[in-house]
Amino acid sequence: MSRRFPFYFAIALLIIAGISLASFRHISLGVPFAVGEQRPVWMVEARVDFVALGNPVLVSLHLPERPPGFRQLTEQAASPGYGFSIIQRSQERRGEWSIRQASGPQTLYYSIQLVADGNVQPLIPDTPPLAEAVFWEEPQATAARELVQRARQKSSTSESFTRELIKLLQSSDPDQNTALLLASNEYVDLVTRMLNYAGVPAQTADGLKLEDARRRQMLRPFLQVYNGREWLTFNPETGEQGLPGDVLLWRQTAPSLLDVMGGTQSSVSFSMLRQTVPALQLSREESERQGLGLMSLYQLPIEEQGMFRMLLLLPLGALVVAFMRIIIGVRTSGTFMPVLIAIAFVQTSLVPGLIAFIAVVSLGLLMRSYLSSLNLLLVSRISALIILVIFITTGLSIVGYQMGFNTGMTVTFFPMVILAWTIERMSILWEEEGPHEVMVQGAGSLFVAVMAYLVMDAPLARHLTFNFPELHLVVLGLILLMGNYTGYKLSELRRFYPMKVYDR
Amino acid sequence: MRWISPRRLNRVGLLNMNRRNVDYIARYNDRSAFPLVDNKLKTKLLAQDHEIATPALIQVVTQQHEIRHFREAVAELDGFAIKPAKGSGGKGIIVLSHREGDDFVKASGARVSVTTIERDLSNILAGLYSLGGTPDVAIVEKLIRCEPSLARHSYQGVPDIRIIVFKGYPVMAMLRLSTQASDGKANLHQGAVGVGLDIATGKPLNAVQFNRPVYEHPDTGKDFSDISIEDWRNMLVTASRCYEATGLGYMGADMVVDASEGPLLLELNARPGLAIQMANGRGLLPRLQHIEGLKRVHLTPEKRVNYAMEAFDLSHQLL
Repeated sequence: MSRRFPFYFAIALLIIAGISLASFRHISLGVPFAVGEQRPVWMVEARVDFVALGNPVLVSLHLPERPPGFRQLTEQAASPGYGFSIIQRSQERRGEWSIRQASGPQTLYYSIQLVADGNVQPLIPDTPPLAEAVFWEEPQATAARELVQRARQKSSTSESFTRELIKLLQSSDPDQNTALLLASNEYVDLVTRMLNYAGVPAQTADGLKLEDARRRQMLRPFLQVYNGREWLTFNPETGEQGLPGDVLLWRQTAPSLLDVMGGTQSSVSFSMLRQTVPALQLSREESERQGLGLMSLYQLPIEEQGMFRMLLLLPLGALVVAFMRIIIGVRTSGTFMPVLIAIAFVQTSLVPGLIAFIAVVSLGLLMRSYLSSLNLLLVSRISALIILVIFITTGLSIVGYQMGFNTGMTVTFFPMVILAWTIERMSILWEEEGPHEVMVQGAGSLFVAVMAYLVMDAPLARHLTFNFPELHLVVLGLILLMGNYTGYKLSELRRFYPMKVYDR
Repeated sequence: MRWISPRRLNRVGLLNMNRRNVDYIARYNDRSAFPLVDNKLKTKLLAQDHEIATPALIQVVTQQHEIRHFREAVAELDGFAIKPAKGSGGKGIIVLSHREGDDFVKASGARVSVTTIERDLSNILAGLYSLGGTPDVAIVEKLIRCEPSLARHSYQGVPDIRIIVFKGYPVMAMLRLSTQASDGKANLHQGAVGVGLDIATGKPLNAVQFNRPVYEHPDTGKDFSDISIEDWRNMLVTASRCYEATGLGYMGADMVVDASEGPLLLELNARPGLAIQMANGRGLLPRLQHIEGLKRVHLTPEKRVNYAMEAFDLSHQLL
């Protein structure tokens, strides 16, 4: 056993490498393991309305940047006659529309595609923000000081202080101080100001509740509090901490949402749509943009991709043949002939392929029996057989086409030389061992071919082999492992049945 | 369907195909020695160097045009055998037992003309019977006249004796008798009868045909119990000598007993089949492991044969 240890170690390495590479690609690029896995994608459209005054117009809309819980896929703007560009500043990303002259009601659109992703890291400020200086006038100053005092007594951290403050302000039976403050301030502004006043950096953010097929939605304010490490989001009404999964934070640190120069009565509204996109397409689009797709076969031209789709199925066929011969003990005519036949089946589909194959081989065997009586040299006999096989396939195609079957045409997918050798081998087998052995080996080959076909044609197999080429390391490991199998074949349990008598 | 459980097979010590390939052929048989045994001509020349008796060589046909000389070479002969040098499993072997006018008569009794034989020779040269269809040569050998006491047990063909030689020790032996079903060939999978032989005495043990036990020859009706191989020890020594000749650790030596010349080596096989275990009614593994476990190996064929005849004597051991 120890002699074999490096071998098993290498196999384990192969298998682990294959699986971990595949998992890495699954996790980091989101290439799905299952076929046709669907992911929800949100299509959010911002609509800016304003009335232009006949002068140059510059519209600047804040665009979401790394909103918590979402990953941006695509974005685009639609705006007839306007120039559009996205401007990245240190703290924010803005979309700017501009036009030399416009008048009357104007509508601009900006749409963004987002996919829910819990792994997105929230934006961390470069420098820790400081609480803004807030000045109150009397008597508000006293009321605010008193309220902050009470909230601070009941709390220990910025988070608990925020919760307590909201609780005080939201109390169903507000005292005089609270009532005074609420009467003269906007509520969310008030909370933000009081937090800053208490020395806790706070800001308001605008969030959008995502619901399928909603139009004319407005942003809702959320409270953000800096706890020394990151911005925490609170619901300003309930004091509930954290952002609900269906809320997209459109604006976070930026001071303004929309600036319009040269227009009046501006407003932003949002509409949204939930789409489902195959996860595979999603990851492909992303990896293309991230440049991480180098490992993907999708980088190749479509034609080569098609070839690789077939090529990458071959190892599975080889695995099936190895399993059938080593573990099961099926006798086949020619070691890998079944795989090549199975590849042809993949292109022809099973039943037409089987019919075509059996027809060609039977006709070929008939003709070969005549060739045998001609007493030719081997090479010329095989060559003649190849030509005959081509005649047979041509004939079958034409007859099939005339009779209205497309089946005939698919014969051409079979490798001609392999067919010729199969016929030759079967014919010799017939002469030497009799028709029984021909049936056994022929049926064995077809059985293995059909098994290989079923494995290779499974949608999951096609998907995995092409999208996770590294899984072939696992196949390789399994084949090597089988090469080391010294146990009984299934067929041997039958073959050696008579030994039962000698088992004392 | 009738099955035997792997556990019971293990208890019998049955060597299976995967294990034979991985643990014995791959481990003990050097790849470079394979051509020596896969080519009957090379085996024959090698055997001559090591004083192992083989059937006399009449002619070697290597080129198509040499087929024309074939008529002259066999003009004086009554019977002979034609073999493809690289043939396997007895494929392409033609045994012509005697002449009848211008034609020859096969062991099976069929008459064949010289033209037919020439065509067969041409096929052999083209590689019809060789692995992968590579060009081959044909060997024309003197016909073996089988020892009559053994010949009467076989239908038509010459009975041969397969001896498994492991690291130079004969570990198991079997007599192969051709039948009508096997078309005069001594190949078990074609329907020949295999009779297991006691390594110690050369006496018969069990017999199988088509993997099923049989008790008398299906064609001659003869009981196998009165079989005895003359000069048994000498035959084992000849087989054992092939180890020094080829260096193959695990092989099958096919021997015949010629009426006048005694034990002759027919051919060697680097991948001997597993059916011998059924003919013997016992597995090879215990014996192979016994030899593998020897602290000191015996250096001469005679000593090895003595040891094997002692160690594998069924009367006092169960190996």
